[in-house]
Amino acid sequence: MNFRIISALVLRYIFLYTRTPMRLVELVFWPVVDLMVWGNLTMFLQENTNAQFAHYLLFLIGGMILWDVLFRAQQGVAISFLEDVWTRNLLNVFVAPVRTVEYVTATFVIGFLRICVTVLVLSVLAFVGYHFNVLSLKWSLIPFFINLMVFGWSLGMISTALILRWGQAAESLAWAIPFFIQPVVAVFYPVAKLPGWLQGIALALPATHIFEGMRDVLNPAIGHASWSHLGMAAGLNVIFMALAAWIFASTLRATRRKGLLTKFATQ
Amino acid sequence: MSSPANPEIILEARDLSREFDGVVALDRFSFKLKRGEVLGLLGANGAGKTTSMNMLLGLTTPTSGSIQAFGRDFFKNRVELLRRMNFSSAYTSLPGNLLVWQNLLVFAKIYGVPDHKKKIAELLELFEISDLRKRVTGQLSAGESTRLNLCKALLNDPELLLLDEPTASLDPDIADKVRKTIRRVQSERQISILYTSHNMRDIEEVCDRVIFLHKGKVVTEGTTADIVAKSQQSSLEDVFIKIARSGDIEE
Repeated sequence: MNFRIISALVLRYIFLYTRTPMRLVELVFWPVVDLMVWGNLTMFLQENTNAQFAHYLLFLIGGMILWDVLFRAQQGVAISFLEDVWTRNLLNVFVAPVRTVEYVTATFVIGFLRICVTVLVLSVLAFVGYHFNVLSLKWSLIPFFINLMVFGWSLGMISTALILRWGQAAESLAWAIPFFIQPVVAVFYPVAKLPGWLQGIALALPATHIFEGMRDVLNPAIGHASWSHLGMAAGLNVIFMALAAWIFASTLRATRRKGLLTKFATQ
Repeated sequence: MSSPANPEIILEARDLSREFDGVVALDRFSFKLKRGEVLGLLGANGAGKTTSMNMLLGLTTPTSGSIQAFGRDFFKNRVELLRRMNFSSAYTSLPGNLLVWQNLLVFAKIYGVPDHKKKIAELLELFEISDLRKRVTGQLSAGESTRLNLCKALLNDPELLLLDEPTASLDPDIADKVRKTIRRVQSERQISILYTSHNMRDIEEVCDRVIFLHKGKVVTEGTTADIVAKSQQSSLEDVFIKIARSGDIEE
């Protein structure tokens, strides 16, 4: 793996984002909308419910912020690939001495940078608008952030593979795929509230363990990370990352074999 | 047993075939490209030029056959060999929302170009587009965009260059400038070029040798003068039309 090539590809995306302010708006706009909706709802419920209920409200804000970590990481990979398709630059990249692993790693880095920008903006706005200090969140949440980001990258690779396979007609999958799993991974409610048959599926996804673990950390009655959730999330992430890499690599091989890559890149 | 690699042969395709859903796009296509030679691939739409080019770039895998670049198996050493090659096509573009220098800087870094600022300045100067350095790429005209693509293609001082219709959609003045610049650079640096075009003037001015393809098969090959003489046509364009319509150069 050549870090010079990865940094060159990352530089390209940084140029793209800094040259196109609308891309930055997209990074910030939806998270801010989410924050306002959940922030105002939280304030309203805090004023109109008893104090014991109030800490549950923290789960909503925590769930919203962590969900955004997953979504931004997935988008970092899928949208970075689509940027190359939209600008008809894909062939230039694929005929350059860039290994697939270098290309994908660059999109991971972009996913991470997108998260940094979004979380920074959300943190400032949450503090100013709702007196919610992100720094007051427990540091034990950091491993959950990391696991969620890695799962977002896996979903991003699977989204990209599907777009490669089905062409631009499948572009909407870049946005839709995270939302396919959102109802299942217990973002805003415990997995125990899902129907029994769905709980098995939910527990097979790393994100479920992360959101369950987050609630343990934020719950004053528990207040610490559950190592079993973290261990399960990390283990499942290894499996999902390997699976996503295999799906991406075999789809890329298939598009080369079928001659779809050039058609897709120049359409 | 394969013969020892000849350093003078930069690119060699052996019995390259490609089928798409049972339709033969290329049928046992073989050729050799020597160091410093410009080889033109000619043929009507669907003749197999783009399929060949895509396989030679590793974008499409052949159904059968092999490609050797610089004496090594291309598909087994693709990334390593691509460092010594480059490509430009009328059908690709660099990201339109980046500035010209930003696009060139990114590719200079990808190819590991030493002293990239100097190199970029030299190439912009060579193609007479230094004044566009700070322009948004998407706002360039077709001619300017083509010249920028060629700057990108020469960034790594390639030994092998694949050019897919580099003068398509250019006006005659710009096309002439582009042809002359390509030929000058090629001759100064002894670059081997595989060149496709529908513009016969391009082929006559730039190529040392041409291969005519029709429905995936080689119809004839040689210098443009030899082919015109052999076919008893009055010009290369007439040969092209003859082959496109009948699939042969003989009456």
